[in-house]
Amino acid sequence: MTAGTAGVGAGEGGGVEAHHDAPHVPIFAGKVKERLDALFPKYPTKQACLLPALWMAQEARGWISPGALTEVAAVLGLTPAYVRGVVTFYTMYHTHPVGRHFIQVCTTSPCHLCGSDDVLTALLRETGCGELGATSADGRFTVIEVECLGACGFPTPILIGDDFIESVTPERISGILQGYK
Amino acid sequence: MGFPHPSHPKETPVLSKYFGDAAARSFRGWVERGGYEGLKKALGMTPEAVVEEMKASGLRGRGGAGFPTGLKWSFMPKDDGKPHYLVCNADESEPGTFKDREIMRWTPHALIEGCAVGCHAIGAECCYIYIRGEFTEPWHVMSAAVEEAYAHNALGENVFGSGKRIEVVLHRGAGAYICGEETALMNSLEGKRGNPRIKPPFPAQAGLFALPTTINNVETLAAVPHILTRGAAWYKGLCLGNPKSTGTKLISVCGHVMRPGNYEITLGTPMKELIFDMCGGMRPGRTLKAVIPGGSSVPLMTPEEVDQCATDYEGIVACGSMLGSGGMIVMDDSTDIVYEIYRLAKFYAHESCAQCTQCREGTAWTTKILARILSGQGKSSDLDLLLDLSENMTGKTICVLSDSCAAPIVSGIQKFRADFEAYLSRATAPVLALA
Ligand SMILES: Cc1cc2nc3c(=O)[nH]c(=O)nc-3n(C[C@H](O)[C@H](O)[C@H](O)COP(=O)(O)O)c2cc1C
Ligand code: FES
Repeated sequence: MTAGTAGVGAGEGGGVEAHHDAPHVPIFAGKVKERLDALFPKYPTKQACLLPALWMAQEARGWISPGALTEVAAVLGLTPAYVRGVVTFYTMYHTHPVGRHFIQVCTTSPCHLCGSDDVLTALLRETGCGELGATSADGRFTVIEVECLGACGFPTPILIGDDFIESVTPERISGILQGYK
Repeated sequence: MGFPHPSHPKETPVLSKYFGDAAARSFRGWVERGGYEGLKKALGMTPEAVVEEMKASGLRGRGGAGFPTGLKWSFMPKDDGKPHYLVCNADESEPGTFKDREIMRWTPHALIEGCAVGCHAIGAECCYIYIRGEFTEPWHVMSAAVEEAYAHNALGENVFGSGKRIEVVLHRGAGAYICGEETALMNSLEGKRGNPRIKPPFPAQAGLFALPTTINNVETLAAVPHILTRGAAWYKGLCLGNPKSTGTKLISVCGHVMRPGNYEITLGTPMKELIFDMCGGMRPGRTLKAVIPGGSSVPLMTPEEVDQCATDYEGIVACGSMLGSGGMIVMDDSTDIVYEIYRLAKFYAHESCAQCTQCREGTAWTTKILARILSGQGKSSDLDLLLDLSENMTGKTICVLSDSCAAPIVSGIQKFRADFEAYLSRATAPVLALA
């Protein structure tokens, strides 16, 4: 072990946005396989690499498709059913395809006190998503409501993909969205 | 606070001294600011001496429970021949809390140094830092700092030539509040669903990978190098009269104050000074209605309680709540307390891992009853029903998520009953439509 980080950081590996299940291009090949192999010595079990491997799969496919799930299971020697049980426990793994830019908006009490409902309404309107969890007709955005993002002093924080944006107000939204084509 | 506003004269900047100073993020910048002296000093001491130093400082866990850090470290077995682990809890998801994020963003090496000292003290060669998945920027800052620490032998096979091997590995979470609970976090790190475990066995006997493990919060570990460099006596001296609560604490203040942010106080600072002087008080024309002082899992406080409260572990308990994680949610007189409590119950219902019946059902039922009250269809018996359910949600489950949901409900009904009754009597117009 030389480098210390597990190397599965937010947004590493580039923003591959293919939302199709494309098993003919294996996820764990080339650079991605190297990254995973570099993780194994950092843990006493292969299973401990499940969350990191799922992050890699989601980067590659945009979501944890049934095919991706099977590939993750195979590379770690787990069953697909087990992996599915883990995937569904966590809110950040997508179990269905989402828009190119996935937007998470905090509406927990501290942010609610400071107007997060207005931010959410404005985002649903200006992205064209209309309702929570729906993807806009152009495939650009999906907006969901999430619980405390750990930035309550900067209301309202939102995440667009891996970009963490603080102090969002309804007025700022159209400007922010212009950066996400 | 140091970021985004300059530090207030009433603060005691130790951990937050370099918040906002981007140069402090690099290895070199940290060393120029006195960094890694604590680790060097620790490596020249026996592990037992480091543990004693922590005990003498009075440092208590900053993650919520306030357990004495030196004592926790002393529970680790000695000479058992097994690998030991240190885990740093960087899952920070307790509503109202945003201090660990700032530590990782601005002073990553303080945390790495604290982790390395902790490893030495408990006989571990490896520390996992479990960072919540949403913390993308802290992840990048921490990654860069860990790489640099390895390059300068502050981590690796032979730390600063001491012959000691210390590894730090970052592990990314994937969205689950419950993974901040220490045993849920260990399951998650092992590649499992984040269900809390029944204790005993306690982590010091069988924790991560069933091996002896110590788990500490980011802020706890970040304080460790300062204690070593400046001495336990100095830290213990940071105290305003209550020798059980020593040192500084980052208080994340959010909600209806003029200047929300992280404030580093000497424990014992009057809460009213914090809210009205440091944070600038309420917005113009507004008055204080309630404070949740320790993250959403603790009871609400009234303005009268706030007025006489010393902000430390015992002081807040004496005034009807708890210091918890130090996430302070301030609400002014424009606040609909019933709605905010409903929103918190909804949070806990969403985040329950659903293992225990009292929690799975209790968080869902209380949320539904609160929604019914807010929709103008509450029954006169609903408040008693909520209190009864809360009773069954307290002290009955594997972890305290369920208790955490009950705390704001029970204290809300006890301290702000008129707000609930106004919905029941239809004096307050409904704000929710029942699905
Ligand atoms: C539901 C729940 C969530 C928790 N979330 C966190 C968290 O996000 N961060 C944290 O440090 N501790 C959290 N804790 C407390 C941890 O279980 C544990 O006590 C703490 O990490 C110990 O570190 P300390 O002794 O340094 O405070 C949580 C506890 C519970 C019951
Ligand atoms: S409540 Fe919104 S970030 Fe914490």
